Amino acid sequence: MNWKTFFAMLARDAHVARRNAMQLLFQTFLQPLLFVFIFGRVMVGSGYMPATYKSLLLPGIMAISMVFTGIWAVAMPLIAEFQWTREIEDRLLAPIDIRWIAVEKVVAGMIQALAAGIVVIPLAWLVLRPGVEIHVYQPFAFVAIVLLVAAFSACGGLALGCSMNQQHIGLMFSMVITPMIFFGCAYYPWSALKTFPIMQKAVLINPLVYASEGLRGTLVPQFPHLPLAAVLVMLTLFDVVFLALGLRQFDRKAIS
Amino acid sequence: MAVGVRTQDLRKVFNSPPPAAAAGIGARGNAKGSKQPKSQITALDGLSLEVKPGEIFGLLGPNGAGKSTTVGILTTRVRSTSGQAWIGDHDVWKEQAVVKYLIGVVPQRPNLDFSLTAREILIFHAAYFGIGSKQRNDRADALLEKFKLTDRAHQMVRGFSGGMMQRLSIARAMMHDPQILFLDEPSAGLDPQTRILLWEIIREYNQAGKTILLTTHYMEEADALCNRLAIVDHGRVIAIGTPGELKSSIPGGYLLRLKFAGMPAGLLERLQSLAGVSEVRAVDSTGVDVYSDRGGSLIAEVAAVAASAGADLSDVHISEPSLENLFLHHTGRSLRD
Repeated sequence: MNWKTFFAMLARDAHVARRNAMQLLFQTFLQPLLFVFIFGRVMVGSGYMPATYKSLLLPGIMAISMVFTGIWAVAMPLIAEFQWTREIEDRLLAPIDIRWIAVEKVVAGMIQALAAGIVVIPLAWLVLRPGVEIHVYQPFAFVAIVLLVAAFSACGGLALGCSMNQQHIGLMFSMVITPMIFFGCAYYPWSALKTFPIMQKAVLINPLVYASEGLRGTLVPQFPHLPLAAVLVMLTLFDVVFLALGLRQFDRKAIS
Repeated sequence: MAVGVRTQDLRKVFNSPPPAAAAGIGARGNAKGSKQPKSQITALDGLSLEVKPGEIFGLLGPNGAGKSTTVGILTTRVRSTSGQAWIGDHDVWKEQAVVKYLIGVVPQRPNLDFSLTAREILIFHAAYFGIGSKQRNDRADALLEKFKLTDRAHQMVRGFSGGMMQRLSIARAMMHDPQILFLDEPSAGLDPQTRILLWEIIREYNQAGKTILLTTHYMEEADALCNRLAIVDHGRVIAIGTPGELKSSIPGGYLLRLKFAGMPAGLLERLQSLAGVSEVRAVDSTGVDVYSDRGGSLIAEVAAVAASAGADLSDVHISEPSLENLFLHHTGRSLRD
């Protein structure tokens, strides 16, 4: 394994991310902050939502920010670099097994997802306060969940980015991202779906559900949430499946 | 120490249309309407060749001949269906990381990293190869200077012209000082001046003891630049040797392409009997190719034979000994067809 090459590629991604910092910031935080403002401030302030909703909302917003930052950070550059310009070629010709290039993309995506998760907490807290009650009750479980969420989002981004072309990005949003957000239990706890039993079972294939429920379980356990053990098992499973799928797709895309 | 290249019985069948940049054979599958289903394209059909350490070797052939696929396999970017390829003593597929240190690749279409500036492209490329900070900065500046890109060093490459991108691609390929430089159609789309600059750079790099493998469908380029050539068509090597050897292997050397309004029986035999004619071939119902060791001086005799046979000679074209004639001789087609 050639670590010098690996870290040089990571440095390249960091360099490009720094160059596009403003764009990345807006891309990552504008939508969740608007959501927090409307639902957490406007709806609660005017009495349409109970005040406790603020605390319920925050872990969900954190989950959405992390998952979509991770997917976006890996999938979009890959889609562009595998397009007809084949910009990725200089890295495919670097002296390293090409699967490590995919792993490097995943690590870069994880770092961005973690940064998004860490930044969204104080930002959301600033918008929502007063009245938010979050504490890290189980630090180990919290760290494990945050890492697993970052990993599955980056691996998912790898699988998606290597499976579609530029002209399908719009379709990806309407067919994958949007349903994932709305059925991701980010804005409501999973138990709220009990009046729709079929849907409550069906949403369990959505990895965002475990991200939202896991963060809820570790930050605001006073609300109903899925058992943490189940969350950890399912997130690990999604990590493994998405990584395997992503590496296979990357290989197919990279070698003719 | 210079490093050679060897392939044995390389075969490549694409199940899906190959990416144009990597293989460049899409045109063939469509244009020829081959018998195979459209989704299966045989790009290489048992290609074997050996490039000696330190030579400039050319793969010459029309579009879709399999040149780019060969380069793709030799540079780890295409997986062969069967057969083997070596860079030095290293199996290309099994020892990819070692092989990648030895090779530098200039693609047919620039694939520069659009998120970086020209200088950053060189610096990061060297970093991928583990070259230390001072050395890679020095080398980047030297190469930018050499390729006349110093004043654009800190600009994003998105706005670069085709020629500038091409120059930067070559500079990038040289950043890690590879033993073998692969250039896929290096002068396609370059203006004549830039082409001459490119040839100088290639010769100079070769003089430093490096092996060069380039593909081209320009005769002049192959003739002027290469120590040895392989002529490739339909994924096979049809002739290999120095440009001189190849040209002298054509019977006669000169090629007269004749057109007649009608072709009476016995015409071919009578043309064949003319002094200096080594081969006569009917191309179609009106065309005849005559290979001979003289050109213009044969015309009068050809005209006399035609007149006496009652054939109306409508067009004559003389080509001097050239690789173009060689290709035509072996394939019955012009390189540009």
